[in-house]
Amino acid sequence: MKRLCDKYAAKLVAQRLADPGEPLVGGLDDVLEWNREDPRARELAKVFDRLSINSLVFARPAEPYAAILDFLAARHPETIRPEDTETRTFLHDIPVCREFSGEALAAHLKKRKSVIVPGHGIASFGTVTPEQGFVFYSSTIFACFVLFFSEYLARARTGTLDDEYREVFRTVAAGLPAPHAAPPALTAGLFNDEDTVLAAMAEAGRAVVGFGLVDSFFGNISAHLGGVVHISQTGSSLDELEGCIDPCPMDGSATTGLTASSELSAHEDVYRRSDYACILHGHPKFSVIMSMDCDRTDCPNRGRCHVACTECRTVDGVPIVPGEVGTGPTGLCNTLPPAMAQTGAAIVHGHGVFTAGSTDFNQAFARLLDIENRCRERYFETVNAHD
Amino acid sequence: MAELFGWTGLVLHIDLTTGAITREHPDPAAYRAYLGGKGLAGRYLRPHAAHEINDPDLPLLVFTGPLNATIAPTSGRGTIMSRSPLTGTVCDGSVGGHLATQLKRAGYDGLVITGQSPTPCGIEIIDGEARITPTDLWGAASDVVFDRLTSRLPKGASMACIGPAAENGSPLASILVDRRHAAGRGGLGMVMAAKNLKYFTVKGSGKVRVHDLQALKDAREEIFRLTAASPVLLGRHGFSRWGTGSLFDLMDARRMMPTDNFRKTRFENAGQLNAAAYKKRFSPHSHGCAGCHIRCKKIAADGRGLPEFEAMSHFTALINNTDMELVVEAGDLCNRLGLDAISAGATLGCLREITGRDFTPDTLLGGLREMAEGGDLGRGAVHLAETWGRPETAMAVKGLELPAYDPRGALGMSLAYAVSTRGGCHLRAYPISHEVLRKPVATDRFSFSGKARIIKIAEDMNAAVDSLTACKFTFFAAGLEEYAKAFTAVTGEAVTGFELLGIGERICYNERIMNAANGFDASDDDLPARFFTEPGTSGGGVDIKPIDRDDFLDARARYYHVRGLDENGLPTEAKARELGLEI
Repeated sequence: MKRLCDKYAAKLVAQRLADPGEPLVGGLDDVLEWNREDPRARELAKVFDRLSINSLVFARPAEPYAAILDFLAARHPETIRPEDTETRTFLHDIPVCREFSGEALAAHLKKRKSVIVPGHGIASFGTVTPEQGFVFYSSTIFACFVLFFSEYLARARTGTLDDEYREVFRTVAAGLPAPHAAPPALTAGLFNDEDTVLAAMAEAGRAVVGFGLVDSFFGNISAHLGGVVHISQTGSSLDELEGCIDPCPMDGSATTGLTASSELSAHEDVYRRSDYACILHGHPKFSVIMSMDCDRTDCPNRGRCHVACTECRTVDGVPIVPGEVGTGPTGLCNTLPPAMAQTGAAIVHGHGVFTAGSTDFNQAFARLLDIENRCRERYFETVNAHD
Repeated sequence: MAELFGWTGLVLHIDLTTGAITREHPDPAAYRAYLGGKGLAGRYLRPHAAHEINDPDLPLLVFTGPLNATIAPTSGRGTIMSRSPLTGTVCDGSVGGHLATQLKRAGYDGLVITGQSPTPCGIEIIDGEARITPTDLWGAASDVVFDRLTSRLPKGASMACIGPAAENGSPLASILVDRRHAAGRGGLGMVMAAKNLKYFTVKGSGKVRVHDLQALKDAREEIFRLTAASPVLLGRHGFSRWGTGSLFDLMDARRMMPTDNFRKTRFENAGQLNAAAYKKRFSPHSHGCAGCHIRCKKIAADGRGLPEFEAMSHFTALINNTDMELVVEAGDLCNRLGLDAISAGATLGCLREITGRDFTPDTLLGGLREMAEGGDLGRGAVHLAETWGRPETAMAVKGLELPAYDPRGALGMSLAYAVSTRGGCHLRAYPISHEVLRKPVATDRFSFSGKARIIKIAEDMNAAVDSLTACKFTFFAAGLEEYAKAFTAVTGEAVTGFELLGIGERICYNERIMNAANGFDASDDDLPARFFTEPGTSGGGVDIKPIDRDDFLDARARYYHVRGLDENGLPTEAKARELGLEI
């Protein structure tokens, strides 16, 4: 357990979700172990006494996330409700706890997967491995980031911004890392064999995470070779794809894709409708935010845009489609493939971006990065235009 | 008694010796302590858990949960429980179909059957009326029983029956439910036979009172969204589309396919016998339990049920059979005879290793018929292996034959098999969920690190799930967090997922107490020696080594510590008291 605690503490830092030396990760089998000594561990250990869990993650997020969380917790004193579809599906909502004590944290974690303690940080847990706590921590930050910027834009549109929000927004915006201007040089050329495909996917996955275009747990990647879709496994970390890619024959002759990404259906249908060789799917934050930005306040589908939007919306020509994670009548497997087949890229409302490449991942990556950078520009242009 | 939501507040008792039919209002505290289903059935079994199978006082228990007959997703399952004739342990089966739903709609949370009828009989329940009726169906195969009962019972009635295997004293005997479902494991059919009970049927027309329907709809929506996002359930290669047979390719690819009676872990013909091959050959349609949107059962165009993953695997890889039609025929025959297909397949695997002879279609089907006629083959792998002086060939834990997941390829599974209260069962903790299917997240399948607590928590969770009741498969996607909302909406009792987990812990400990009373201890929480001495089939980048005995024992000791058992695996008074139980 100690090894896993160390791993996910390091990963929080590597992904700039917490500052070095900050994360506390505890793991319990028969004995409770922490990644490091910290006076807060004594209080956090009480959570293990009250809940049947095997791991706990606690950290104050790095900036600008800490400022975002504290601000949102002040505005939403009891519960923060995510607006993006993926975190809403898995987290439902995020409680706010006013007291840093094992008892208070446990009371909230009894009901939800993570809890925000303003001024202190985020606590989340796992019942199987510390990876669950890492994922919930990361998802909480993602959900809050998207909510913070979405609410600001919505208020700017309606002229309801206040000075405090403006002040925090200025600070947070100034603390955002500069966008990457150029994509990395990924392995070029056609995929000729399975080994080349697997290596290219692992390389692209690391780059997508490295460029901040997805938190490591989310997103998926695939490549098409000879009637077989090679796709990242469900819940795999895109920066650790070695050994986590499933070959899925498109002729339905095997079900080895039982552990494949929940978006396998969508990927397969894109390949059926086009000649693309690979697909990248990330959750770049400003693309998700802009996909939800809509000035039709009187729309009858308001509140159900992620499944019911009927408008042909675009961001700089990239279509925005509704659709929920996975399959089902309102699943993105129904809406994404036709849009992707036409333009090679699409944004799923409140969810993320899919891009395709004709030969290798360079084209898909460049498109993904470009869409995010354009969305980021459009975001600030729109805010400035209204405020 | 205060008005209940979710539960009916009524348990039906039928004594087949006296013919007495009585109704009981259980203490509401019992519902809070045990929920329903497996938990409540365990409470009723506890005072009688040491009775022998032929003792009329040993009850056969059929219990529903508070979610049954509501719109909560996958809430159609129920529990059948008694003491296992095969193993002597506590034994429960989570059974699908419409049985629990109908029982609940008839007004009962549970059915307690005791006594012994002087002549073969059936029980027929229609709403508030129950009757014991003589039957001439004794000796009939299950399909005949279902045909006869269907023709004269009200439409929609649920039926459970035994086949000839139970009547002839095979402890591999199952209880068939609604033709396509079974309480398969541990020989529960033989308990029915000991009571001279051939069948029981239930038809209900009532409705379950739900405390907050809108809140239940909200909870249902959350669960639906999560299952839609689950590759295993509703994905391109998931159970909904292919049945549980979709595990077949994966288990072989992971080098976990029990082959040649667990002497190898990869079957070279697997590619021709997978779910896709069945789909192509049998053009199946989907069938599901009451209230299920996943519908994982697959029915061939000719009406025969296609085998579940375990039967697909054990009737092929385990016994070196490549005849797909024979697999379907064997599965169908097991159902008609009332045999547990897992134990039957594993016993044939044991026989093949002992004799060194492959099966022909005639000898395979003949073997199954022989099992159903009683005799050595029908008494399971352990008895068979001992009879032949080859005890090492019985691949069983506590006498229950192992299903189709080789434990050398998933060390959490090895621990779960060993400590399971009903013996060689994959469903108590189902670590395949994280060790192979990556849900809720992936764990290292070749490590015992952290597995003691993981197994304990998963056992508690599944005990709660089987008591609510819901289908364990749904928990590849949803969790007790979502189902606690459904429970609260149905019953009006505010509860969190962790509190349900706490009830699950009580239920599991209660079973440990019953097993201890029957003499089970650490020496029974073990695996066949083969897994510690022989490797599986390595390849594809993985090395399937023998399980390190010391590591296994260390993990088991940690499990005992986490579970609150002593070093011999026995319950302690202190822990029992903490959980509101007595030893």
